[in-house]
Amino acid sequence: MAHSIQRKLRIEPAGSWQGLPLTELWRYRELLYFFVWRDIKVRYKQTVLGAMWAIIQPVTTTLLFTVFFGRLGGLSKQVSGSYPLFVYVGLSLWTFYSNALSLAANSLVGSSHLISKVYFPRLLIPIAAIFSGLVDFAIAFAFLLVLMPVYHVAPAPQILLLPLFVLGTIVVAAAAGTLFSALIVSYRDFRYVITFVIQIWLFATPVLYTLDIIPAKWRLLYGLNPMVGMIVGFRNSVLGGPLPGDLIALAFTGAAVLLVLALRYFTIVERRFADVI
Amino acid sequence: MSSDAITIAGVAKRYAIGREHHTTNFRESILSMLGGPLRRLRRLGGHDSGETTEFWALNDVSFDVHVGDVVGIIGPNGAGKSTLLKILSRITPPTKGYIELDGRVSSLLEVGTGFHPELTGRENIFLNGAILGMLREEIRRKFDAIVAFAELDKFIDTPVKHYSSGMYVRLAFSVAAHLEPEILIIDEVLSVGDLHFRNRCLGRMRDMRDEGRTVLFVSHDLTSVRQLCNRAVLLIGGRVDTDGDPDGVTRRYEQMNRDPSSRDGGSAERVHPPPHFHFRRVELRNQSGAVTRHFDAGDVMEIHLWSNERASENSYTVEFKLLNEADETISFGSANPVRATYYTADQQHYVCPLTEGAYSFSFTARVWNEERWDFWEKAIGFDIDRCDLFKTGHSVTGDHNGPFVIQQEWL
Repeated sequence: MAHSIQRKLRIEPAGSWQGLPLTELWRYRELLYFFVWRDIKVRYKQTVLGAMWAIIQPVTTTLLFTVFFGRLGGLSKQVSGSYPLFVYVGLSLWTFYSNALSLAANSLVGSSHLISKVYFPRLLIPIAAIFSGLVDFAIAFAFLLVLMPVYHVAPAPQILLLPLFVLGTIVVAAAAGTLFSALIVSYRDFRYVITFVIQIWLFATPVLYTLDIIPAKWRLLYGLNPMVGMIVGFRNSVLGGPLPGDLIALAFTGAAVLLVLALRYFTIVERRFADVI
Repeated sequence: MSSDAITIAGVAKRYAIGREHHTTNFRESILSMLGGPLRRLRRLGGHDSGETTEFWALNDVSFDVHVGDVVGIIGPNGAGKSTLLKILSRITPPTKGYIELDGRVSSLLEVGTGFHPELTGRENIFLNGAILGMLREEIRRKFDAIVAFAELDKFIDTPVKHYSSGMYVRLAFSVAAHLEPEILIIDEVLSVGDLHFRNRCLGRMRDMRDEGRTVLFVSHDLTSVRQLCNRAVLLIGGRVDTDGDPDGVTRRYEQMNRDPSSRDGGSAERVHPPPHFHFRRVELRNQSGAVTRHFDAGDVMEIHLWSNERASENSYTVEFKLLNEADETISFGSANPVRATYYTADQQHYVCPLTEGAYSFSFTARVWNEERWDFWEKAIGFDIDRCDLFKTGHSVTGDHNGPFVIQQEWL
């Protein structure tokens, strides 16, 4: 059995932070796999178009943003290449991020039945929600690889750095997702908060516009949003372009700090979940 | 050698209640944070409102379970059985005390936890197995046995949403039956379902016992506790009441159920009421006002009922159900009492036309169609010792003649 290796188990009152139960998480890795597997299977089983949705969503948003922000809003003038491609690249990663965050945030409440009936590290639930979004992202990214020759864009050598920014985005999503999932268990208000946090976050991240429109004196403050460095890094590794070292360093530092804080909060409150969910 | 598989030491569990629901509202939380110092000041000033905001579902529960023991946990609703199970299963932490488990633990609070209706039987076996703590490799090895045991080979690739409830339970149970823990913690939910299914559950538990596994079994079914267990623990009001040989413990529990008056001489006190408005005490009195549990058919019976506080609103009802020996409801009554903490349902209406046997009353206080404040199940029992309304000199018994006698005149 997965959690059988540990022979003697002591169950005590919930105290202060005990640290991250890494060995236990490792023992439950197969359950994480099964949660991800379930989410992916179920997502595509219930839909007619299935995996097509992974493309339809960012493509539709790209078209909308191209018309309203690019054409009517005049943002396309600041972009050197094609504005739709520019937006699509950012949106493919952003769509993954926002879906993962929103799914993870609501995941614990959605699994209340499991939480009140069986033990496993609760962290698996929001984490699984994030990983299950990676399939959609892979599909959207594959579509990007199809789009690039259409727009006559060849991949730049920086594309090798791309996994780094995907990984970074996973970390930010995991951090924010676990934090919000735990908050929503205790305070249902955060269900509403998370939807507009995601909306505001999109506009606070250079998905629709270029980094250049941010005044230099606000640049570092702006870069405290870790998704800034992730999106810029991701887009410029695909389309070619400078990788802003300061913002990227800030993004990874921010992601790490956020993750530590989120995990800390989560592991303190997780034992109470069954009582309040 | 008998060493301990489970050590339960001074375990207590407090639930904070008194808020509307279990979930907290962010605004409330902020308000209470801001209001905290103020409340503390008031309390110092002696202005404490005294409202109940916590209750102890378990209080200082200690016992050890030896390796190979099969222990049945029994007790009335609200005695803390489920809470103890949840603490043992690590679903909720204890407030005080600790538990040590020595050995591989599986806990089954229900069968089919995590089953997803869209997934096939095959997929659900893997998912459910993993949730119960099996490794993929282990599930793969046992897969054929699980399917065979569930007798579902034809439907194994059908989504379980198309299963009948019987098939669903069979599959779920089959996965659970293939766990091989050293310590099994299991809830009575397993004993629901049809007779055939119950027997299979019990059979599997018997196997586990014979294989020398330690089993902690929570049940309402005293017969299976007597058959399966070599020890029983009776929980009452969050405490261990009796611990020992299953025959003795279950007999004591039955005794308490049948006749609470053996403890308090006539007026039933509430063991475990809900925190807010609740019934506190009930008495039955005869025509001369004496408290008793024994009536003859045709006697006048007064029900005297006390609540802990005055009702907060006028539009509520106090209802009673009359139950026979088999716990079947045979009659119902309802009243809209004034806001009071003491009610009598008096005289005329409660002339008992009942046949001989044992009966009990359950009481409910509720706002109609809205919330139920309190439900006091089988609050008080009484006996109809003699029923001879026709003055024939022969008793009319419930077994042969139904629960009621209807007065009649032949012309």
